[in-house]
Amino acid sequence: MRVQLTINGASREADVEPRLLLVHLIRENLLLTGTHIGCDTTSCGACTVLLDGRPVKSCTVFAVQASGRTVSTVEGLEQNGVLHAVQEGFTKEHGLQCGFCTPGMMMTSVALLERNAAPTELQIRQAISGNLCRCTGYVNIVKAIQHASATMREAKAEKEPATAGRA
Amino acid sequence: MAVEIGGIGHSVARKEDARFIRGRGNYVDDVKLPGMVYLDIVRSPYAHARILKIDTSKALAIPGVLAVITGKDLVPLKLEWMPTLMGDKQMVLPTDTVMYQAQEVAAVVATERYIAADGVAAVEVEYEPLPVVVDPIKALLPDAPVIREDRAQKNNHIWHWETGDRAGTDKAFAAADVVVKQDIYIPRIVVASIETCGMVAKFDKVEGHLTVWMTTQAPHAIRTVIALVAGHLGLSEQKIRVISPDIGGGFGGKVPVYPGYVLAIGASVLTGLPVKWIEDRSENIQADSFARDYHITAELASKKDGTMKALRVKTIADHGAFDAAANPSKFPAGLFGVITGSYPFEKAFVEVDGVYTNKPPGGIAYRCSFRVTEAAFAIERLVDILALELKRDPAELRMQNFIPPQAFPYKTPLGWEYDSGNYGAALKLAMDKIGYAQLRKEQAEKRSRGELMGIGISSFTEIVGAGPSKHFDILGIKMFDSAEIRVHPTGKALVRLGVKSQGQGHETTFAQIVAEELGLPVGDIKVEEGDTDTAPYGLGTYASRSTPVAGAATAMAARKIREKGRLIAAHLLEASPDDIEWKDYKYQVKGVPAKSKTMAEVAFAAYTNHPQGMEAGLEAVDYYDPPNLTFPFGSYICVVDIDKGTGEIKVRRFYAVDDCGTIINPMIVEGQIHGGLTMGLAPALYEEINYDKDGNIQGGTLMDYLMPTSMETPSWETGKTTTPSPHHPIGAKGVGESATVGAPAAIANAVVDALAHLGVRHIDIPITPWKVQKILREKGVAE
Ligand code: FES
Ligand code: FES
Repeated sequence: MRVQLTINGASREADVEPRLLLVHLIRENLLLTGTHIGCDTTSCGACTVLLDGRPVKSCTVFAVQASGRTVSTVEGLEQNGVLHAVQEGFTKEHGLQCGFCTPGMMMTSVALLERNAAPTELQIRQAISGNLCRCTGYVNIVKAIQHASATMREAKAEKEPATAGRA
Repeated sequence: MAVEIGGIGHSVARKEDARFIRGRGNYVDDVKLPGMVYLDIVRSPYAHARILKIDTSKALAIPGVLAVITGKDLVPLKLEWMPTLMGDKQMVLPTDTVMYQAQEVAAVVATERYIAADGVAAVEVEYEPLPVVVDPIKALLPDAPVIREDRAQKNNHIWHWETGDRAGTDKAFAAADVVVKQDIYIPRIVVASIETCGMVAKFDKVEGHLTVWMTTQAPHAIRTVIALVAGHLGLSEQKIRVISPDIGGGFGGKVPVYPGYVLAIGASVLTGLPVKWIEDRSENIQADSFARDYHITAELASKKDGTMKALRVKTIADHGAFDAAANPSKFPAGLFGVITGSYPFEKAFVEVDGVYTNKPPGGIAYRCSFRVTEAAFAIERLVDILALELKRDPAELRMQNFIPPQAFPYKTPLGWEYDSGNYGAALKLAMDKIGYAQLRKEQAEKRSRGELMGIGISSFTEIVGAGPSKHFDILGIKMFDSAEIRVHPTGKALVRLGVKSQGQGHETTFAQIVAEELGLPVGDIKVEEGDTDTAPYGLGTYASRSTPVAGAATAMAARKIREKGRLIAAHLLEASPDDIEWKDYKYQVKGVPAKSKTMAEVAFAAYTNHPQGMEAGLEAVDYYDPPNLTFPFGSYICVVDIDKGTGEIKVRRFYAVDDCGTIINPMIVEGQIHGGLTMGLAPALYEEINYDKDGNIQGGTLMDYLMPTSMETPSWETGKTTTPSPHHPIGAKGVGESATVGAPAAIANAVVDALAHLGVRHIDIPITPWKVQKILREKGVAE
């Protein structure tokens, strides 16, 4: 079957078996190996990508289901050589060790911060509870997301300075 | 100056993060070679069965299936069995009998991953089930089915190991005022790093050369093992290259050789094509990296005033169907002998019996130095039980008994020499930070209101840094480690190591050691590991041995360079070498700071203007053989609240004081402690692998193997004391596993403490809400 999708801003097409999983399309056909596989039961979240902006575990989505839609992976986070605030946060707060869960963890974080710019610690913990990490003990991952949240809000405040005050 | 260098003690940001946060890591499953084919494995549904027939015809008829490999196909190659690390042998594929559920039975090679899986489903195997034994205590009964008939075993007993003074200990117990005794079961758990195991094997038929990319913590040892096992096929050591690329967590589970690796190599030799094998998570949980499974009976003898006198421990260790434990070979029960912990017992005696059962091979360490977690758990539980018996505060009882700081180096009754320690300081700091006295008051108040709150302490002593080669080896290969440093003409350096990071941040930490020793900025130092064609021979990363052993090798190699540099500096400064000193990260003429040379200047001269008669270049290698192990320690305090309705345990606070000697990168060390604590929380409250009586694994996927998520994991609080190791060149001790070793006892002690007034003395881990609720119901306090 033919699938066409937009991945990290680029349009891509591929001929696939109907049973091909999205994660394998991304990794094997499109050669974006940043998205990882950690389980076969939709439990670990290592394969998390954004499908039309919403986090999905790409090991549980068929490639054909993504046809005509937009996919974002870890490779698309850095823009014009500038790291995404979430990427900054993870390295600044030591939110990764082996790095295997990290792409999925970051994609979940990006989606969280898109819908909630200032999440509480509990909201962060809830948001990433479908992403397992065996290395870090989560504390620094929470800090990483808090760090990203703060930088993103600061950047936004700088862009649209006094509008809120005037309105 | 020091800040620019980024040497020891600085929280330098990790170099390796640059690729990981961009999705540019290179893990084994990311390796893709032209013409590569895929291998998948047929596994046994039975825990013990004779194989009557394997019909591969339907699988072979599937377009794209290239081969199906069975045990019989491996016989002519003499590859159907492989040696284990413990002098036993393990099946690669069975020729007639399977011995545990999920054991490898056949392998399918196909052009695509999905076709290989189709092939697996199409292989038809006929089994005749045999009697199963999964309980090691029953396995020792005279009428138990004998599992290892191949070894001409008459029973399922593997070995008996004992250490200490049996008669003296018995005497001390007979004379003791107080004896406490406890049966403790530490269940089977599985490492479950988020990356599963895998390999890409590429055999070049023309050159007879094998290259493998594999998930291994010990690439050099693996290369030697491959040469020893497959040498008869022409695979001698110089024709094997093992590459351990980025590894997604190891925790001990990526030390052994699993049959899948051998099959991938065999398939590449047979097909002449590069072969990829990546195991599924369910295969990973069902077939490899099992730890613990220790049935312990522990007794402690003390005086009425609480002075501990003697310790006696008997253990049955379930090793599954093959004794494949990762251990230094002289110690079949690993470092379990450190069970006297932080206390100066006069007498101790420990015995362990290894037993075969119809389970996968056990004895992986799960982030622990060879059975130390079991030891720490048993002693720290026993101390609390003694405190309960004597109606003493557990903190105070520990303080009374600790080996005092002035007693180090301290020789234990089981023969280990602890290098340095200050146990009281660590416990005191933890008590102050968490507000111990206040918490005890709060607990008393809550208890009077019928609420359940507990405080648990664990003051553990770890034993890491394997090891002095006089005591430690793997299959006869002595345990040392290595570092090779090359300083290039422009003052940049390349460091290559025999260890292999799986997330511990070696690329940063080891660069910091070199930065400190050579005065080169940490950003100018590149660290490489995991390629046997380029790295010096080392025994790998596990049992927290990287910093204690390879860290020492790195410092020693750097010091060799510094010494050669001193001669070059003397030549450049026209001074006598005796007048040159290393100060403020530079060579200086003694007393004349203005006359100095940096390492970069010296490096350039080493290639352009070195003294006549001296070899050019600035390089050094060191193979470090530690004089002793190192003994990091710590005191953890855990506070739990228990819900009387659901039996749920909430870890309200957890304060961890660790002492791992000199700290190279505080940020990385803290990260290691957080991760270790989470892997200590896991078996205490959640993780366990169970089998039914037929040997069926209960919960062999991540759906039912409960790994802590962000919701269960508390906000760890950490602190430190610093007691350097006197024999390590930079005083570092290793820390990666301390928290996993120390945490379970603190948590279990806290839960038992919350229930102690109801007459509870011990609960086996994992302490699940169900177990707690059952107790609450029995005691009539459940809500
Ligand atoms: S690989 Fe998709 S959730 Fe684990
Ligand atoms: S960093 Fe290793 S699994 Fe998360």
